[in-house]
Parts: sequence; C-alpha cells; structure tokens
Amino acid sequence: MYVYADNAATTAVSPKALEAMLPYFSEVYGNASSLHSPGQRAAEGLQRARETVAKAINADFKEIYFTGCGSEADNQAILSGAALGARKGKKHIVSTAFEHHAVLHTLEKLKKQGYEVTLLDVHENGVVTPDDVAAAIRDDTALVTIMMVNNEIGTVQPIADIAKVCRERGVLFHTDAVQAVGHIPVDVKALDVDMLSMAAHKFHGPKGVGALYARKGVPLVNVIEGGQQERGKRGGTENIAGIVGMAAALEEATADLDKDMAYVTGLREKLIEGLSKIPHSRLNGDREKRVPGTVNFCFEGIEGESLLLLLDARGIAASSGSACTSGSLDPSHVLLALGLPHEIAHGSLRLSIDRMNTEAEIDHIIESVPQVVDYLRGMSPVWDELERGLTPHLI
Amino acid sequence: MPLYSDTVMDHFQHPRNVGKMEDADGIGEVGNAVCGDIMRMYIKVRDGIITDVSFITFGCGSAIASSSMATEMIKGKPIEEALELSNKAVAQALDGLPAHKLHCSVLAEEAVRAAVKDYYDKNNIAYDPAVFGCDMACAHEHDHTPTEE
Repeated sequence: MYVYADNAATTAVSPKALEAMLPYFSEVYGNASSLHSPGQRAAEGLQRARETVAKAINADFKEIYFTGCGSEADNQAILSGAALGARKGKKHIVSTAFEHHAVLHTLEKLKKQGYEVTLLDVHENGVVTPDDVAAAIRDDTALVTIMMVNNEIGTVQPIADIAKVCRERGVLFHTDAVQAVGHIPVDVKALDVDMLSMAAHKFHGPKGVGALYARKGVPLVNVIEGGQQERGKRGGTENIAGIVGMAAALEEATADLDKDMAYVTGLREKLIEGLSKIPHSRLNGDREKRVPGTVNFCFEGIEGESLLLLLDARGIAASSGSACTSGSLDPSHVLLALGLPHEIAHGSLRLSIDRMNTEAEIDHIIESVPQVVDYLRGMSPVWDELERGLTPHLI
Repeated sequence: MPLYSDTVMDHFQHPRNVGKMEDADGIGEVGNAVCGDIMRMYIKVRDGIITDVSFITFGCGSAIASSSMATEMIKGKPIEEALELSNKAVAQALDGLPAHKLHCSVLAEEAVRAAVKDYYDKNNIAYDPAVFGCDMACAHEHDHTPTEE
C-alpha cells in the first residue's frame, strides 16, 4: 500500500478532469483569440470553464482571471491593491506572519519600494482575529491580505468577519484561498472579499493554472504584459486544456462538498486521535477551526526529514516543516509564527488527506507513524536527554 | 534525480553501529537542537586502537548516514588515524552529499574528534590543544566550508 497524504502540496488530476482536458491538446487546439472556427471552439471551451469556475465560488464570469498558478494570482492581487493604494497616497499593507511565500515575498518586494507592512500575530492556535485586523488598519492602509486556510497547519481564518472589518474601514481585502477552494465552501459574495486566489492542482486539477477573482470595479495591474487575453489583465495565450481541467476538477470537487467534508473530517478525526496517543506529541493549530483534511503534528526529540524518508520507505507520502526539508537553516515560518521553539518545529509532520483517501490508508498511517517516531527517538541524543530528565520536555 | 545517493540511503535506513554505549571510554557530542542536528559518538579504546564505536543522532537523513559512515571508517583504527578523518572523506565515502547537507559530514568529523578529546581528558593523556582547535558549538557556523563532491 502506498498512501498519498500530501494533498496540500499537490493532488492527482482526477479522471474526470483529465478526460475534459484531453481534447484541448490535439483536437480543439485553436488559439482562443483567433477568428476561425478552431479558434472559436477553443474560445467556447474557455468561456464555459470561466462560467463553471465563477459559479463554483458564486462570482460573475467577468470577475474570473485565469493565471499560471496560485502564486501569480497572489502576486497580481497584492500588486494591484498596492498600486491602487499608492494612487491615493496609501502605502500600508496588513497581512499575517504565516502567509504563503507567494504573499510574503511579494510584500518584501513592496517594502523595498517604500510600502510599510504589518504582519499580524497568528496566536498559538494559528487563527487571526478580526479585532487584530481592525487594530492594525490605519488611515493609510491600502490593502489587507490574509489567507483563508493555512497551508501547513490547516487552520481556517474568519474571512467573512475580517472582510466586514475591511469593508467598514474602506480597505481593499484579498484572501489567498488556494487551500480552501474545493475543500470548504467558498462564496465570494457571502464572504464579501474583493480579491481571492486559487490554484487548480490543489483540488485535483492540473498544475500550471490558477485563477484570481477580482470583484467588479477592482482595477488590476498586469503581472504579465501582452495581448488582450483575460480582459487585458493577463497577457499570453491561454492554457485552455489546463483551464478546462481546472473547471472540471472544481465542478467535481464542489458537487458533493458537504458529504465529502463530512467524510474527510471523519478520517481526520481518526488520524488526530491515533497520532495523539504518541507521547510528547502536539497537534499544531486550532483543534476545531481547521480544514477537513490537514493535520500537523510535532513529535519531540526527532527531526522531520528523517521521519519523512522513513515514512516514504513504508509507503506514506507526507511533508514536514523542518529546516532540512525547507532547504534553509530555519524551520517553517508557520510553526515559528505559532511560537514553537526551533527544536520542536524541526520535528513536524504534515499529513494532508482528501476525499480520495480511504480509512484503510488512515489505519496504515496510524500504525506506521508511532513505529517510525519510536525508532528515531531510540537513536536521538535529544530524546535521550529528555528521557533522562537532563532537559525538560516542552510538549 | 533523487536527493541522496544509494549509499546515503543505505546508511540512513540501515545505520551501522547505532545505539548508546554504556561503558564508553570517550563520548563526544556536537551540534545543537536549534540548528536541527546533534550527533553523539561513543568510542572504546584499547592500546591506542578504537576497538568499538557507536553513535546516536538527532537529524536529517544525511546526518544519520554521515554518523554511520564515520563509525565504520574509524572502527579498528588507531586514534591518530581517526583524528585524521575529514568531512570530505566521509562525504566521499557516501558517494557525495547535496551541497546544503555537507555540514552533516562536518558534524561527523567533529563528533569523532570530540569523542577522542573526551577520552584524552578522562585518561589524563597529554595532547596538543591545537589539534582540537574549534569549539564544536554548531557546525553551521564553522569555517570549514566544504565544496560539493
């Protein structure tokens, strides 16, 4: 058995999405900007996909801009909000310390251009409060950008309440909903957000395609200059096959969302219960306010990369926020933002499941993880010192 | 291309000489938990020969593999030879390490030296302190910047 439990990293393209895409590679290959019939057939496919994606989030199709990925959508939303603010002399942006790097690195770039950025504390439970946002907004705040679901720990932010605060204060609001769309209900009108980013490959669509929702009247700046594609806001010949695949995957993911959420939540609860039995372990992020499929644990005394490699050898694909897996000397900024010390953050494990996973797979994870944790603790000098009482247990 | 060579994966998945040693003659521990890797090396010495060696390591796959390989390379060797073990030799024996993992081989070299120093100190054996020049606090901050194999 090989269990793929890294769906927050990416997912398999669903058979339905793949089937929808295939004709657009070799049969319906026209350029959607062309006037001839092959081009018009492509344009029709593009339009249908736009309507499908819009419907899934309760938007108008004219408010959907297809991009090359979720990161591009985040970049475009933030740069647009910043540019709009600057025209009114507003150069302050509010965000959080545990955003995706597509957001944080864009904000870093803006800081070098003279913008001021306030990164909100995410508290020990990984949830920002609307009061935090209200307190951070200033007269010169151009934009608030806060993710809907954190990618590493899976906590869901109170987006509707935050959007309300922003609306009352007249500040533009963007949410990175890459980990939310297709997994929990996302209704842009109910949430009342100005901009929202998504990525197809997080809900069993293909990689290389994302979308930005921008409410009517929100002026976008281009990240890619070019032709008149995407109402002139994103140059480049459209990736029609990818876009069609995104629409098909999203339609499928949202068709039975309540049922799927209940099913995945059940699996997740079993997973949390099973892993919580490991001594000196800790579930990261709020126990209740979380997306159905993402679970993040820290195990004291072990390091995440060796845990991942041994789990892979036992047929489990997961991820970790340890420094060794992040490619830097620091562990995940998300876990550090929760206030976890480095030595605990190094021993993190993220398991992200979805509707494609089975109960037997969860059983395999619950059986394997404690064995691997035990094995690694058995050869860990850190664990040795903890067990001998030379250093105090932190969790 | 996989992250690690087959040799690294072999030593990581089947580490040699792993475990604590109750009656060690010298124990060396290097690294720190904040950086994400700690190695503890145990040696047994008879007539100037390292007759037995073991390790326990908190760290990534390459840290565990580097520890394992280092123990194999010094087992049965005279102490003087063990002190000559370089991080480069450890990395080479592992058929190379990714550039950002080379510090793991540095830690292995330092763990061996720390164990020998401990053995010398415990047995009042005189040595040239210059041999153990570095304070072995954290390999990341050390100056032996190895090049990729």
